[in-house]
Amino acid sequence: MPDVEVEPPRGVNRDPSPIEPVAHGRHRLMRLSRRFEETVQEQFEEGAVPGPLHLSIGQEAVAVGGCWDLRTTDAVLSTHRGHHHCLAKGAAPDRLMAELLGRSTGYSHGRGGSMHVAIPAIGLLGTNGIVGGGIPIAAGAAYGMQAQARDDVTVCFFGEGAAAAGVFAEALNLAALWQLPLIFICENNQYVELTPQELHVAGELYRRGEPFGIRGERVDGNDVTAVAAAVSTAVQRARAGGGPALIEAVTYRWFGHYAGDRAAYRAEDEVLQWRAQDPLLRSRAAIGDAAADAIEAEVEQVIADALEFARSSPVTGVDALSLDHYAR
Amino acid sequence: MTTAAVDTRSLKFWQGINQALTEEMERDERVVLVGEDVARPGGPFGVTRGLRDRFGDLRVRDTPIAEAVLVGLGVGSAAVGLRPIVEIMFFDFAMIAMDQIVNQAAKFRYFSGSSLPLVIRTMCGAGGPNGAQHSQNFEAWYSAVPGLKVIMPSNAADAKGLLKAAIRDDDPVLFIETLGLLAARCDVPTGEDFVLPIGVADVKREGADVTIIAIGRQVDRSLQAAERLQAEDGISAEVIDPRTLQPLDADAIVASVRRTGRLVVAQEATSPYSFAAEVCAIAAERCLSELKSPPVRVTSPFINVPTPVPLAEARAPGADEIVAGVRKAVNG
Repeated sequence: MPDVEVEPPRGVNRDPSPIEPVAHGRHRLMRLSRRFEETVQEQFEEGAVPGPLHLSIGQEAVAVGGCWDLRTTDAVLSTHRGHHHCLAKGAAPDRLMAELLGRSTGYSHGRGGSMHVAIPAIGLLGTNGIVGGGIPIAAGAAYGMQAQARDDVTVCFFGEGAAAAGVFAEALNLAALWQLPLIFICENNQYVELTPQELHVAGELYRRGEPFGIRGERVDGNDVTAVAAAVSTAVQRARAGGGPALIEAVTYRWFGHYAGDRAAYRAEDEVLQWRAQDPLLRSRAAIGDAAADAIEAEVEQVIADALEFARSSPVTGVDALSLDHYAR
Repeated sequence: MTTAAVDTRSLKFWQGINQALTEEMERDERVVLVGEDVARPGGPFGVTRGLRDRFGDLRVRDTPIAEAVLVGLGVGSAAVGLRPIVEIMFFDFAMIAMDQIVNQAAKFRYFSGSSLPLVIRTMCGAGGPNGAQHSQNFEAWYSAVPGLKVIMPSNAADAKGLLKAAIRDDDPVLFIETLGLLAARCDVPTGEDFVLPIGVADVKREGADVTIIAIGRQVDRSLQAAERLQAEDGISAEVIDPRTLQPLDADAIVASVRRTGRLVVAQEATSPYSFAAEVCAIAAERCLSELKSPPVRVTSPFINVPTPVPLAEARAPGADEIVAGVRKAVNG
């Protein structure tokens, strides 16, 4: 029973990190992601976010399960909808909040915003404004690890929409050909921007690797234990030189494509059905109310601190615009 | 250009590239080379011959024909500690990898504050019976992208010294080789320490009456034109090769134009929105009052590249066109 293992949780920007059971740590991280995005959504509605937002609320289990077994030296490629990936890989909530609020203490001096967060020091090689843009980079990171004879792995998150991009087929072929330590995680949230996945996806996504000899698996993307178990198996195999894997995590995007999109293109019943399968309800039930309440209270403090940090940081000014274009 | 007291050896352009690759891979084990046909065949034009045997399959690797993922191999591996060199067989094929070059590689430092030591080598220009999808010059497009550096050498020595500089550089560099120059020889310094600075123009020939700014194959052709102009017209032409297009050594260009009072720009690319257009704009902004005549652009006409070599050569500016351009600048 993996949930009794003891590990430090990831992503909570505090030192020293508390030691706690795995299920507690996962719930903490999922709750952190949920509350982070709810908070940034409120900030957006107040006009305090100078850029677009794509919320991953409802999809937290994919990121937390997908990153749970990763090291700092493992790489993650994220997407335009990537706050949960960032936090799960260890981004500091305060600096991420500052970035989204356009503050100089953000990861890109507050110039990039949600879709342009890259933190190589923790292996986060980028959210991405280009759908599918991270997929070729993931192949490169995995090749880099292989060429350096490291036993690190690369996890590439992408949506069911990006699966239609040509680079996905290119990367599957190359990953199989070179047996790269690369785990493709297709985060199927049912909607490709403003239209349902039925208009985009032919066949079964998790089987897209089969012609290349890549193992595919479909998991319940709202069950962090199931996601983490599938990814853990794939990660261990990849670390040992067993090559790539493809995991389709089936989940649901609770809100519109972007903050401000009311998502009138889908039925309320459908949304309610999926909300009933809230991944956080499950992770909460797994640890019990008392433990969950305590964790959630701690997360509230982390979020409050992050917001305070961001708000008290200087608004990014034009003096930062020319930073970080060239080494010299 | 003087290389007094430096040991040199006559090398072809491709040998200069090959030496730079060999020396830098020898010097730094993080340097790797990936591309279509670069390993076993030794390169589509033989430029990378011998490297796989010397450095092994993991460091010199043939890739599938998939340019977007090919450049992604460079971006991702540079982000995790390698210093990759990606070869795109023809410049035309870089169009397929535009997202990875422009949206990803060029913005990595801007987003992250971290280095991305990536070199993308490619081959431009007419120079064989290759036609409209294997002969184009897109140097200006990439030179317009913040975050990229663009180098385009015109001889074996510059190619070697600047490729070594590009490999040691911590930013993404597009290194443009020229098909029509691959067999051209010149004396190349032999030392491993021969590294040329990025962003510094080279005066290939000094002159007093007119400044010719040329890149790629048009550098040698400009030198030929300059000899003819001296002999036939008594015109003393200065020939400058910026070698690096981004960053561009505008100061060197402006200083020369101020002295000569006349400007001719020679390139193989078509004229609209091109390198030549940029040089003319710089001259207009910085030394218009010192120009004795309007600048002249000597470029390919605004048409596609034909496949038969005689037709492709007829399209590209040669010494005749450059001579005519200079006469226009000098005589009006």
